[in-house]
Amino acid sequence: MSDRGYPDAVADEFPPPPTAFTDREDREIEIRPYEGDDETREALVEMYDAFDPADRAQGIPPGGEDRIREWLSAILAGDCYNVIAWCGDEVAGHATLVPDGDAYELAIFVHQEYQRAGIGTHLIRGLLGHGQANGVEKVWLTVERWNRAAVSLYKKIGFETSDAESFELEMGLRLHAADDEDADPDPDDGGE
Amino acid sequence: MKVLCGIGGSDDSFRALDRTVDRAAVANDDLTIAVVDNEDSSVSPDEVVERAEAAADEAEIDAEVRRVEGDPGSRLVEIAETEGFEEIVLGGGHTSPMGKITIGPIAEFVLLNAKTSVTLVR
Repeated sequence: MSDRGYPDAVADEFPPPPTAFTDREDREIEIRPYEGDDETREALVEMYDAFDPADRAQGIPPGGEDRIREWLSAILAGDCYNVIAWCGDEVAGHATLVPDGDAYELAIFVHQEYQRAGIGTHLIRGLLGHGQANGVEKVWLTVERWNRAAVSLYKKIGFETSDAESFELEMGLRLHAADDEDADPDPDDGGE
Repeated sequence: MKVLCGIGGSDDSFRALDRTVDRAAVANDDLTIAVVDNEDSSVSPDEVVERAEAAADEAEIDAEVRRVEGDPGSRLVEIAETEGFEEIVLGGGHTSPMGKITIGPIAEFVLLNAKTSVTLVR
């Protein structure tokens, strides 16, 4: 799981939240960063508790309220970046960046009721804008290769495939240029 | 049951080892522990062999611990076929910081190619 690949080119600038838009079902959606309050955490528990298990990816979100709370306490920690799509006081979707060495792992979930309405695109752009504003340099994710909607969303955003050898695709995105000249540019583009 | 447990030194492989040994003690399985080369593992094969022998001793079972060199997935499948094993047991995958489970290349190969049942221990 080491030596992940990232594009050389830095991604576009993404709009930092808060942002607002009308989705394709004419719902008013607001994208805001998570500020650590209990009320929001409870709204997230509610969304994940009602989440269709068919849309789980590689074991997350977990099932059952206890496991959901345990998982959320790890990914809502102070060193993570979280952004939420709100429809009124209901959570429509949630995206997160969790630290992993010098990079961050990304995941995004949109509740079934709010899918296919353009929310995912706004949400991930909001998350990446939030990360960019906070100096996040590199982001990676894995996605099941049969999840074509997700793969095409990530590609549209600028993610490039870094590992296509297993069940899941691994993709990477560069949000900022590296601070220093990279000591080990690792120009390994051959197969391993 | 005649069980082949393949471990290479990753965290999930040690979890599989402990569970398989515990089960063998209760179910009286005929257990062979194959220590394979896992290039993603930071633990040396000798150390893995020691851990496996210690686990078997502690559970007071008579398991064979065998060092298996070469490509891990295909060697495990080959041993299971030629020696009449009924089940292959492997670690259940690596968990990312996010909590996502990823199955490694050894498990992928064994899952797709084994003729026996395969258990991934979570």
